[in-house]
Amino acid sequence: MNTLTKYCDTVTVRNTSDIVLARSCARALAARLGFGKADQTRLATAVSELTRNVIMYAGSGECNVTDTSDAEFNRIEITVKDHGPGIADIELAMQDGFSTGGSMGAGLAGTRRLVEDFSLESAPGLTKVTVSLSLRRT
Amino acid sequence: MRIAIPRLGRILLCAIQQDLSDDDALEFQSNLLSTIADVEALGVVIDISALDVVDSFMARVINDTASMARLLGAEIIVCGIQPFVALTLVEMGQGLLGANCTFNLEQGLKTLQARIALRGDFTATKDDDEHFD
Repeated sequence: MNTLTKYCDTVTVRNTSDIVLARSCARALAARLGFGKADQTRLATAVSELTRNVIMYAGSGECNVTDTSDAEFNRIEITVKDHGPGIADIELAMQDGFSTGGSMGAGLAGTRRLVEDFSLESAPGLTKVTVSLSLRRT
Repeated sequence: MRIAIPRLGRILLCAIQQDLSDDDALEFQSNLLSTIADVEALGVVIDISALDVVDSFMARVINDTASMARLLGAEIIVCGIQPFVALTLVEMGQGLLGANCTFNLEQGLKTLQARIALRGDFTATKDDDEHFD
């Protein structure tokens, strides 16, 4: 856990301390790519919400934090996936205030507002959420 | 991970110094509540200036802790929310964190003392009880 700022790639999400690890991993990469504190916080919070969903609904999963920067943009992409039961009604799950877990979490809709790109695919056995933030290179 | 809960008379001051896991947050909540009950604290200030992420779970733990503390009879103030944490919480959804907030510990303590003084019940003495005999 102490070396997480050195190398960030995949965090296996099994318990609530992995949520802390995953979000600090995302924040560390965002900071290294030059994102401001607001974006670092948005991203870390989004990762926190998504990985908590994994634990709550699927039990375990993984979180990939990837640097997908190109010549024009610095970009950070986060993929969170699990092999749980999947989301029955994606449209409903994306509505504001929706929750089946009784968690009163900010939900997927709240998480979506924190990032630029948000994509979600879900079927029984594989749920994958990808979010990203980008920053034009100066 | 145990968060120290120093005591100043019947006021508790606690500073969350590091990023907490959900389990740590819940442990903190129950420790704080039992301390409030043990010392019959009149007020509590929770300093969260060291937290650079407050997600919906943590926000709810803080809100719930505040409601629980009020049920026990204590006033509660949250202080030092980082600007980017405030920004993120509001963007994510209004009303995630609704506790009474102040900039810093000092202001929190003053607000708390004013509120306790307004409540006035801490001055309750035997004399007051005699009216009901």
